[in-house]
Amino acid sequence: MCMVEVSSIPKAVPACATPVADGMVIQTSSQKAIDAQKAVMEFLLINHPLDCPVCDQGGECELQDLSVGYGNDVSRYVEGKRVVTDKNLGPLIATDMTRCIHCTRCVRFGQEVVGLREMGATGRGEHVEIGTYIEASMSSEVSANIIDLCPVGALTAKPSRYKARAWELRESPSIAAHDCLGSNVSVHHRRGEIIRVVPRENEAINEVWLSDRDRFSYQALNEGKRLLKPRVKRDGEWVECDWQTALNFVVSEMKRIIGASDGNNFGALVGNNSTLEESYLVQKVIRGLGCNNIDFRTRRRDYSADEMGNVRSGLNFPLADLSNMDATLLIAGDLRQEQPLAALRVRKSTGFGKAMAINPFDGEYNFRLSHEIQPEPHLLAQEVACLLAAVVSKVKDVAADVSDWLSDVSFNDTHLAMAQELIDADKSALLLGVYVQEHSQAEVINWLAEQISELTGSNWGYMTQGCNAAGNNLAGAVPYQADVGGRATTGKNAKQMLTEGLKGYLIHNCEPDVESIWNEQALENFKKAEFLVALTSYADGRMQDYATVMLPIAGNYEASGTFINIEGVWQTFAAVVNAPGETRPAWKVLRVLGNLFDLKGFEYESSRQIHDELKEKHELAGDKKIARKTPAALSAASKDDSLRDSLGLYLVDPMVRRASALQQTPKASTHPISISRVKT
Amino acid sequence: MTDLNYDKSLKLKQLLPAKAVKEIDHWITKYPAERKRPPIMPALKVVQEYNGNYLTEESMQAVAEYLDVPPVAVYEVASFYTMFHLNKMGKHVVSVCTNISCSLRGSDKVIKHLQDRLNIKLGETTKDGLFSLKEVECMAACGGAPMLEVDKVYHENLTEEKIDQILSDIAALDASSKEGK
Ligand code: SF4
Ligand code: FES
Repeated sequence: MCMVEVSSIPKAVPACATPVADGMVIQTSSQKAIDAQKAVMEFLLINHPLDCPVCDQGGECELQDLSVGYGNDVSRYVEGKRVVTDKNLGPLIATDMTRCIHCTRCVRFGQEVVGLREMGATGRGEHVEIGTYIEASMSSEVSANIIDLCPVGALTAKPSRYKARAWELRESPSIAAHDCLGSNVSVHHRRGEIIRVVPRENEAINEVWLSDRDRFSYQALNEGKRLLKPRVKRDGEWVECDWQTALNFVVSEMKRIIGASDGNNFGALVGNNSTLEESYLVQKVIRGLGCNNIDFRTRRRDYSADEMGNVRSGLNFPLADLSNMDATLLIAGDLRQEQPLAALRVRKSTGFGKAMAINPFDGEYNFRLSHEIQPEPHLLAQEVACLLAAVVSKVKDVAADVSDWLSDVSFNDTHLAMAQELIDADKSALLLGVYVQEHSQAEVINWLAEQISELTGSNWGYMTQGCNAAGNNLAGAVPYQADVGGRATTGKNAKQMLTEGLKGYLIHNCEPDVESIWNEQALENFKKAEFLVALTSYADGRMQDYATVMLPIAGNYEASGTFINIEGVWQTFAAVVNAPGETRPAWKVLRVLGNLFDLKGFEYESSRQIHDELKEKHELAGDKKIARKTPAALSAASKDDSLRDSLGLYLVDPMVRRASALQQTPKASTHPISISRVKT
Repeated sequence: MTDLNYDKSLKLKQLLPAKAVKEIDHWITKYPAERKRPPIMPALKVVQEYNGNYLTEESMQAVAEYLDVPPVAVYEVASFYTMFHLNKMGKHVVSVCTNISCSLRGSDKVIKHLQDRLNIKLGETTKDGLFSLKEVECMAACGGAPMLEVDKVYHENLTEEKIDQILSDIAALDASSKEGK
């Protein structure tokens, strides 16, 4: 369609494929150019079914738009049109292959952007078909981007198929909640129902892409079994009640348990994708009552750095730079599972740079690794120490305590080669995956990584679980600090709360009986507890067995709030749709709780005020850096305490677990790798 | 999950005699080592030769694994070129060009005649398994259009008589080679 007339060339030529030359005079809308454009349009429509009235793409179709401008009213072709059988690409993408115009964008996306070529153009001439040839579900974690790329209605979103017309939808901006990048999305909704979620361009974060997880999780809101009214368990039976009754009961029980134990026998657990405002209010209520047991890190084993104060999790460089690193070293980082779009960026960087991995599992990469080490999980720290030793052997000015610490650490050629890559690279980064923070020697590994990055001049990044780990830290949803690093009497951490057993719990937007490393112990202790109040959007799950009170809170896209992403960007969003039934935004529930407890400082009228309060405090205090001390000599971690039993791609939080289409994909059933497979 | 001990060359080695695998290896050396896709075509050619003159999904998968390319890249090549057959074929595959020059010179008549003579349609095989009929794109013999190719021999400037002659020659040759056995 980009035919133009060039002064020196007698025929009209395609602009996209013609090199620029000196003295060229180009006309884009001369008669010749327009005739050529119209001719191309006519060709595109020879075989196109023109079924716009029943096509999901109708109203937002590039071909439709172009044909309005360049197409004829009546076709000159009377021959029969070609029909192509539809392909089954799995539960996310619906196909109508007769509509395909063979632009091959979907093929090129797989090949060039994802690095996993699943689609292809088979056949020849009139018989060309786009598809997978052998029927197969798309297995990539970013597959649904081809829906946006497809200029026609050949590829459309299966879950939202036939649900609405493009022109009936309203579009509202929001932030996706399932990984630490905080991808920007547009939510399309009609009469209070979310119809679909699509990416919103932000070059600094998600570029123009969106992971399937962020795109289809909204289904849980519409189809999940929602909790619509507060419930209280009376003699083992759930009884629905009004908010007043439920909250009064919560207040009296919490007062009773916290009062009787000086706050020791009560604990609060916050979900990974709770908003900054919610986490802040949970800790404000809990701490206001004199209890310091609050945590969101239900998947952490090593809490030894807690006493040092605020550990800001995240990157020390802009996320977008991940696309142009000369060397990237993954340490226990399974990017495709954890932050799918970060994997696309690293892949982009491998066009010229190198990627390496010390991963205690046999990962699936969409880029080539120049060097790879696969330690057993419990020996991960040892392996990183070897790398540090290799680095130290190549650089000057190493602090004495570091070289002492390494005195009997040896290294091999692979370590040396990795070290050299990091030293030689102009721009390099160490990425510590989610598993590092779950490792029983997390703090040693963090310290090692910091030494390596310092000595090699590399950046570092701690990739975190959930979308708001940085926000949760800052909000004070941790036992070691109140909001913005304020002093607090240290309370119990998540592991202690879940394994030791408390009399009472408050769980907010999480299911530790599924998510936590100690999930089975959590379940037992929850069942034993005298009282457990769950703030939740969903009415199903094992929560029904162990909770005493269930309070319905708004899900993502139903309440306003803020997420702080891995780069430290505060992204505030408004509610897109109203929460169903008597569901209320969690921050309002917590505000009322604060009032019922007669606590000070709960006069908020909007989540914005909570945000502003925190922002102001944060600006005054700044990010606290911690100086890690040289750790004690390294001994092997226990095998049992280092299992890599990460949450699968589509198991990370309550919302994703209830998104039906995602749960039907092949990726949902592949269980995360729990032990490393070492090459024999 | 991938199994690190999985031998990607195994499937092909089980499928083909060692001699054929060696032939493929020889072709691989003819292309730059970092380019993986160029050897797809010669590899498929060898596989087809040793595999009863057609390619199965299984054999294409084996080639993909052997060459370490995405399977769909192999399917693309196999389905594009008309000399690769995706179904069991007759002993002699009659490929008729229907591209522009041949079409202008009456390839539709050639096809019609062949279909009547052999009593099959395009893409089919005679009951005795002797002939298959296939429509192909330009074989670079436009000067002698209309043309067909059978058993790697080009036959040009076709007339009905010529076609009959070609078919009966092949049938006769076939019969005599059978007797000779
Ligand atoms: S993007 Fe759509 S129109 Fe283009 S080749 Fe793929 S299916 Fe066909
Ligand atoms: S068109 Fe038939 S050989 Fe060229």
